Amino acid sequence: MSKVLGLTGDGAVAYAVKQCNVDVVAAYPITPQTLIVEEFSEYVHNGEVHTEFVCVESEHSAMSACIGASLTGARVFTATASQGLALMHEMLYIASTLRCPIVMGVVNRTLSAPINIHCDHSDMMGSRDCGWIQVFVENAQEAYDWVIQAFRIAEDPDVLLPVAVNLDGFILSHSLEGVRVLDDEEAEKFVSTRKPVLTIDPDKPITVGAICFTDFYFETKRQHVDAMDNSPKTISKVNDEFAELTGRRYGFIDTYEMEDAEAAIICLGSTAGTAMAVAKSMRAKGKKVGVIKPWVYRPFPTEQIIKAVENLKALAVLDRACSVGAPYGPLCSDVIAALYREGIKLNLFNVIYGLGGRDIRPTDIEAIFNEALEVAKTGVIKEPLKFVGVRE
Amino acid sequence: MSESKPGWKSIPIAGILLEPGSAMKYKTGSWRAFRPVIDEEKCIGCFLCWIYCPDGAVIREEKSVKINYDYCKGCGICANECPAKAITMVEEKR
Ligand code: SF4
Ligand code: SF4
Repeated sequence: MSKVLGLTGDGAVAYAVKQCNVDVVAAYPITPQTLIVEEFSEYVHNGEVHTEFVCVESEHSAMSACIGASLTGARVFTATASQGLALMHEMLYIASTLRCPIVMGVVNRTLSAPINIHCDHSDMMGSRDCGWIQVFVENAQEAYDWVIQAFRIAEDPDVLLPVAVNLDGFILSHSLEGVRVLDDEEAEKFVSTRKPVLTIDPDKPITVGAICFTDFYFETKRQHVDAMDNSPKTISKVNDEFAELTGRRYGFIDTYEMEDAEAAIICLGSTAGTAMAVAKSMRAKGKKVGVIKPWVYRPFPTEQIIKAVENLKALAVLDRACSVGAPYGPLCSDVIAALYREGIKLNLFNVIYGLGGRDIRPTDIEAIFNEALEVAKTGVIKEPLKFVGVRE
Repeated sequence: MSESKPGWKSIPIAGILLEPGSAMKYKTGSWRAFRPVIDEEKCIGCFLCWIYCPDGAVIREEKSVKINYDYCKGCGICANECPAKAITMVEEKR
């Protein structure tokens, strides 16, 4: 029997990790992720988990320790944010190309300077090409649910890739919500234990991380791409099993009122919740708007997005990060690339919003929807890239 | 050259080497620009070169040492450390 607990986003992540039979957690505290390791270390202290908790001196060491532990066949978790993720950057690539199925909670916070502890997606977007599976969640329930699924996805022998579960700093990490959790036994049965493929074993020595020059590096990277390309099969399988267990259905994207929408917003994370609420009230006034929320950002859900925009006339792509000097923000660039690849010409514009934790209000969202409806009607895009919520 | 080697579909994942000790097959001696040459007359058999060589390329013998040129990369550490100045780095002429 499942029950509902009052948990913060970070608390939900820590609770999920507690139920997942994790062998090693190596982590370093950083706002707004600290609650995850703080709460988890309490579970360790109380003897509620058998996990080896490694207190490291930096995030670079945290990820290094995670890689080493993962290579021995252990189930491994860590969490970080912002500067911490940036400090891990080189180890992120090593974790993914060495095919270590580590699960990490990334509590999205902007990058300095100026120093700021609040939410945007600059941290993950700064490392988006690190070859990890990347998931973005809308609320604490989703954070809990995806962390549990992440272990299964990461450790599947057909995948063997690390998974980052992203949740918005403070907006989710520090807000209390009712989260429906599994019983310990149910969760344990779902995640089982890791069945490693190739591990470091003194009785059967292998070499990991050997130098690989011009003759083999490219082949190794090509395998990495292949693993990512194959991961959707596993992600779907795990989503199906999770739906069967909990009744909560996940996929690559979540959609709201997209069937007959003329204009829509696509965005990552908690903003999607606001957008759906605004869409609901605009629908009541007869405005045909919808929302697309990618849960899975890497591998990019090209197929699912294409299908969702089938009947759409205009799309506003919201980015909570900016790629300075690029024609569009990161999500928008991906959306355009996906549409282009399928030969779809859809009128869209990019909105950069919420940097450094700047609020995005329902009225902002409504204005964006109205602008998208205008584009749907006229076919004219006045501003292909605009900043919403910044003072002139 | 790279065409004759196996492709990404057949090699082990993640650049892992399944055969232990396979580094022996990699003769790094070809990287050498300077070759350490021992003057056995001057050598006092202190074996400091043997301790310091980062590549395990110094072979310890009864009273003196020999260099394994298959793996000696020519870094010159041995020559630098030798207290008897018994090692000279001679330019490789290939
Ligand atoms: S030159 Fe360097 S690698 Fe060669 S024997 Fe001396 S210390 Fe070893
Ligand atoms: S360091 Fe010099 S003296 Fe000592 S063993 Fe080596 S060559 Fe001989």
